[in-house]
Amino acid sequence: MAAELTRLTVHELAAAYRRGDTTPGAVADAYLARIAALEGRVGAYLTVTAEAARAAARAADDRFARRAPLGPLDGVPIALKDVLCTAGVPTTCGSRILESFVPPYDATVVSRLRRAGAVFLGKTNMDEFAMGSSTEHSAFKPTRNPWDLERVPGGSSGGSAAAVAGELAAAGLGTDTGGSVRQPAAFCGTVGLKPTYGRVSRYGLIAFASSLDQVGTFTRTVRDCALLLGAIAGADPCDSTSVDRPVPDYVAQLERGVAGLRIGVPREYFAEGLDPDVRSAVEEAVATLRGLGAATRDLSLPTTDHGIAVYYIIAPAEASSNLARYDGVKYGLRAPGGRDLVEMESRTRAAGFGAEVKRRIMLGTYALSAGYHEAYYGRAQKVRTLVRRDFDRAFAEVDLIVAPTTPGVAFRIGEKEDPLAMYLNDVFTVPSSLAGLPAVSVRCGFSRAGLPIGLQLIGKAFDEPTVLAAAHAYERATSWAERRPAIA
Amino acid sequence: MIHEVVIGLEVHAQLTTRSKLFCGCPTTFGAAPNTQTCPVCQGMPGTLPVINRRAVEHGVRAALALGCRINAACRFARKHYYYPDMPKNYQISQYEEPLAEDGALEVDLPGGGTTRVGIQRLHLEEDVGKLVHEGSLETAQASLVDFNRAGVPLMETVSRPDIRSPEEAAAFLRAFRAVLVDLGVCDGNMEEGSLRCDANISLRPRGAAALGTKVEIKNMNSFRNVQRALEHEAERQARVLDAGQRVVQETRLWDAERGVTRAMRSKEYAHDYRYFPEPDLVPLRLDPAWVEEIRRGLPELPRARRERFIAEHGLPPYDATVLTQSRALAEYFEATVREFPNPKAVSNWIMSELLRALPGDDERAIAASPVTPARLAGLLRLVEDGTISGKIAKDVFERMLRSGEDARAIVDREGLTQVADAAELAAVIERVLAENPKPIEDFRKGKAAAAKALVGLVMKATGGKANPGLVNRLLQEKLARM
Amino acid sequence: MIDERDVEHVARLARLALGDEERSRMRQQLGRILQYIDALKAVDVEGVEPTSHAVPMTNVMRDDEVVPSRPREEMMANAPDRAGDFFRVPRILED
Repeated sequence: MAAELTRLTVHELAAAYRRGDTTPGAVADAYLARIAALEGRVGAYLTVTAEAARAAARAADDRFARRAPLGPLDGVPIALKDVLCTAGVPTTCGSRILESFVPPYDATVVSRLRRAGAVFLGKTNMDEFAMGSSTEHSAFKPTRNPWDLERVPGGSSGGSAAAVAGELAAAGLGTDTGGSVRQPAAFCGTVGLKPTYGRVSRYGLIAFASSLDQVGTFTRTVRDCALLLGAIAGADPCDSTSVDRPVPDYVAQLERGVAGLRIGVPREYFAEGLDPDVRSAVEEAVATLRGLGAATRDLSLPTTDHGIAVYYIIAPAEASSNLARYDGVKYGLRAPGGRDLVEMESRTRAAGFGAEVKRRIMLGTYALSAGYHEAYYGRAQKVRTLVRRDFDRAFAEVDLIVAPTTPGVAFRIGEKEDPLAMYLNDVFTVPSSLAGLPAVSVRCGFSRAGLPIGLQLIGKAFDEPTVLAAAHAYERATSWAERRPAIA
Repeated sequence: MIHEVVIGLEVHAQLTTRSKLFCGCPTTFGAAPNTQTCPVCQGMPGTLPVINRRAVEHGVRAALALGCRINAACRFARKHYYYPDMPKNYQISQYEEPLAEDGALEVDLPGGGTTRVGIQRLHLEEDVGKLVHEGSLETAQASLVDFNRAGVPLMETVSRPDIRSPEEAAAFLRAFRAVLVDLGVCDGNMEEGSLRCDANISLRPRGAAALGTKVEIKNMNSFRNVQRALEHEAERQARVLDAGQRVVQETRLWDAERGVTRAMRSKEYAHDYRYFPEPDLVPLRLDPAWVEEIRRGLPELPRARRERFIAEHGLPPYDATVLTQSRALAEYFEATVREFPNPKAVSNWIMSELLRALPGDDERAIAASPVTPARLAGLLRLVEDGTISGKIAKDVFERMLRSGEDARAIVDREGLTQVADAAELAAVIERVLAENPKPIEDFRKGKAAAAKALVGLVMKATGGKANPGLVNRLLQEKLARM
Repeated sequence: MIDERDVEHVARLARLALGDEERSRMRQQLGRILQYIDALKAVDVEGVEPTSHAVPMTNVMRDDEVVPSRPREEMMANAPDRAGDFFRVPRILED
């Protein structure tokens, strides 16, 4: 019975609660029991907030009993990436430097979900400060892919992806800076959305790269994604970069279908080096969309190859700035033994940050430093404009771009030790991040070894309705969702 | 060798907004440590800044008053350096696209004449917290941080190196401060730190075009100290150059106690601020209509008011300068003149009596003066119609300051009405002359001072209430007849 | 491509204490990454404006309203070291 409860999507849960088939309390218990049983093997969570979850679930029970639910998310168990501030609950960013940090406030997306009645199960594991593509760079532990426990779930939001894929949460929030929601979604076979930059508030999202970070969603279906997006989207007076545009009813627009939709398939995303299983799955998906009435065509995004270089200057540069505040003065770790302030700060940061974070801080500081600023940071921001122009040109001809999410499937833990090799994982997700465009990854097949493959749909700015409608149509036309990871 | 002194000033003014530049915390001075902070101004992880519109408005107002060009677009930028009073270890400031540029301020010089000091740029930035050292900076084992001030809006104004003497520098600061206080954008309180000044000073051979090596001077916390510090530094640099050596480009701190500038501990690495545009804020493209509205709302500025006082009230330049040192004093003067239309008399009175009791540039003190313009006018009327003598009036003024009463009430109660009855005075004169034969003797011998002494004695005998003119006349007549 | 001195300088700017081995490894890794990034030098960026802001918005500001500050204890709860009402830091040698 409990196993069935954790199989329900968010949409199905809302209906079940309304009908009285089950209650938020029962569902929360089911998830907590499953977490207790499986977490040792998956390691998706850094903090499980069982008591608070039960209390929230009971409150939701009351509301349903009174037939006064708050909405479609009331009583729904959700996992939160540990980069999102949660008042009174430790928020570590997967880092030792924030191991003891307890924020006195909620991130805006967290408080919006709280107001909607969501039940927070806990904080999920991540690459330290969102820097990574495998969650192996968490200071605390790796997370394992529910489809194959020897493999990575992707990163940096690996914990939330694994939680949703392994039925350890009904849905999850992550963050995507260069692919950190889409790539783990692809590796774990879930739906992963990165909204348009500015669609969702960043207040309370512990910053990695300010001009790229966005809160994203992990769900089992596109409908659930639409539900969750609708609850968190919208301007926030606390975030000057959140855009004041009305939030459409994403769920209502899901059934639009793709008849007449013009879809572009960028040839640069199908170059040599693409895993053959991924290539054939995505090509088949494109054919499926054609079969549903879309007009597909080949197009070129010539700056695709520069994406990684541009991203790995801008993101580390902004990160080196955003992480300057971690100095042992106001919060977090303070290393002992420093004889003076500078020594204390240097030791604290050396002890508190892992290798990947240090690497990026160094890279970013270098790219901003006197003498190199224009050559690196200045130039990267200009090439970024060119990346955006590519998309602008493309979207003058098409309504949607479809491509693989990642060049390969989930790799083994420990397999990619070379930093640069790890960075190249992001080649298909980084360009749309640089352009601030909405993009979703949905399951489109499995590799011969049984690992999930992700299909990426990229849309125009604020055109999540088209992106989600197309993803939904594809999902309905296929049955990839029926397969579940063995651990389930 | 004759050295020419070249000075440029950098002034930081705290803007008078209710809340901080990027968050809603209050900006009031003197609160208990760390009670005026929030996650944003404390730089907690995940927080984001949001610009305070009034701070921008104040900046525009000041920029317009200083004749600057408001940039069509301006941006905030991050300025990176590590210091514990800076929560994020970067300061949100402005760099390549500041709020305003290219203005100028006309400054009246103490010795007469004016000089025009260019304003290179004006921009907004957040203030940092306060650092207190347990002991002195050299011996402290630890330092304490209070973040109340972190995030308070600052306006940084950079002058061109047009200032040619330490005295001019102080004059510039006074004039600059007067403009800001007049506009209501800053309270100009250097003691509380709402106005801070750093200077760049260099020397060059008189007549040379190129600038010499400049030294930055910090830690000057009053106008007087700015002048003293720059005087000392100019002398120091002159000595260095005269000895055939080079001036080192460095930052020196003014030590007011010892009267010297000291080099700050040399740093191995100069600051590399790594500026880049603040990604958490969007650019500002100020609506020209809004800027125009602000321009229309600018009050009369000190210099314009000074010119008007000379023209309209017929005051000498000196008086006009003193009376327009602050808007409060100027308004006090004009309010008094409205009730007692003798500008020169009012001016004399304010300059000699009121300003003895109150600082002319202390807006609060003037506004709170127990001797209001109406009361001062009342006092002056009593002198004009002969009810009291000028000397008595000064006493009455003192009492008015203490008690806040009307002049009339004091005069009546203390019986200070001037004695102008000739018969009464003649009697007193008789008595005084009878009791003081020596002065009469001296007068006969031709010592004119003796007459004055006798007048003084008569005044004393009447408790100062006699009409001095009348006393003088009657006494002269009497002495002539003796 | 990037030498030991550069690495030391950058580490100091970034307040990161690196051990000898770490510094050496960092130099190699950064070198390789920078080499990859160097491909950007070939891109023609003549006349191209930098993307300084990801959203095409301007003039987002707030009214000058006071929002009550958080209580001191809440704001100092995470302080690694404090002396009464103050955050405490080790002595500052350089200014």
